[in-house]
Amino acid sequence: MITRRKFLKNTIAGIAGLALPAAGAEIVSPRKLFAARNDTISGPNVRWAFLVDTYKCVGCGLCVKACKLENEVPYDANVTRTWVERYVLTKDGRIHADSPKGARDGFTTSKIDLGEGRFHDIKKEDIDKAFFVPKLCNQCENPPCVQVCPVGATYQTADGVVLVDRKWCIGCGYCIMACPYGVRFFHPVYHVAEKCTFCYHRITKGLKTACVQACPFGARMVGNIKDPNDPVSRIIRTERVSVLKDEYGTRPQVYYLGISREVI
Amino acid sequence: MKSHVWRPAFVVLALIVLILIVRAFYVSKDFGIWERGYMYGFHRKSNEDEWKAFTVKYKSAEYCKDCHSDKYSSIMQTPHAVIQCENCHGPALDHPSDPPKLTVDKRRELCLRCHYPLPYPTSGRANIRGIDPEKHNPGIECVMCHNPHKPSLEGMK
Repeated sequence: MITRRKFLKNTIAGIAGLALPAAGAEIVSPRKLFAARNDTISGPNVRWAFLVDTYKCVGCGLCVKACKLENEVPYDANVTRTWVERYVLTKDGRIHADSPKGARDGFTTSKIDLGEGRFHDIKKEDIDKAFFVPKLCNQCENPPCVQVCPVGATYQTADGVVLVDRKWCIGCGYCIMACPYGVRFFHPVYHVAEKCTFCYHRITKGLKTACVQACPFGARMVGNIKDPNDPVSRIIRTERVSVLKDEYGTRPQVYYLGISREVI
Repeated sequence: MKSHVWRPAFVVLALIVLILIVRAFYVSKDFGIWERGYMYGFHRKSNEDEWKAFTVKYKSAEYCKDCHSDKYSSIMQTPHAVIQCENCHGPALDHPSDPPKLTVDKRRELCLRCHYPLPYPTSGRANIRGIDPEKHNPGIECVMCHNPHKPSLEGMK
């Protein structure tokens, strides 16, 4: 027969048993522990980050030219790892934006390129504010493009750069769809996913990225966010910087000075 | 148990073994979970070295200044000092062995990247002097009159 004491005992034991998380039964793998240890807080002491000062950018597009030539992105194909957008906000509250050929040849006209050979000219006195915004891969801390890869062809290195393994990529295009910033594309020659690598071959040798080096105005900077004395890391810590599409939770590592809310 | 139960089981087992054998040959040994964990670090480790081995093409003005010290020191006195040599002369790669001669971009469009006037507030572009390419000697290269290494008007050819 069930007594009240027994019933209460069993109930408490049952609830306690149910409350045990499934994770408690999991065997701890050293590899996973190692991975967790190397996460953002501790781990390796290099984490590449990028800083764009949009006040300094003049839209010359020399960064785009240098990137395409350095990284062997077909020059005349309408794809690019980095590009510069022009934003012109007029007094009637409208936003005009363009980036012809990714600004490979800069902006050599005041006319806004609407595509399909159509242009919109804006008078100087109608402009409220206008500026240029260079874009590139954000090398997110939580890269959605990596999560969706079904074959393990795209990945994040220990120092935070997201790369594509051209031998493993099957060209399914999931990552291209998953990137909220639209930085990925198909490489016209290799037919695999292609993206900005922060010039991994250069930064790992102590050089600046091709775009940073080509910029005459210092609008682009690359640095190690884990080094407190690095100029990039100091600006990110001490000045008012913002990131693109913060609400997506991707934790982008390309920081911007001087963008307004119209920039997406 | 009867054989009609075992037979498909053997087929499945054989398939699994076959796939494992193929995998052992096809997938490289360094493919696995690396520093960034299962979600972000699942990859072939040697691919990182493949990317690191990519050829550096832009060598910066530091590479040019020893042989072309005259050009280097003269441009350093001008507002064009901020512009890298390779932005106009093209990537150095292994110059002078490969390529032995660099091709200079002398088109008007190169100069217009900065010197087409765009009076944009809150952009550095507004502070650069510009010309209207349709009115200012159309059709001829800027370098016919201007010296890009000495861009002040006193340096006119």
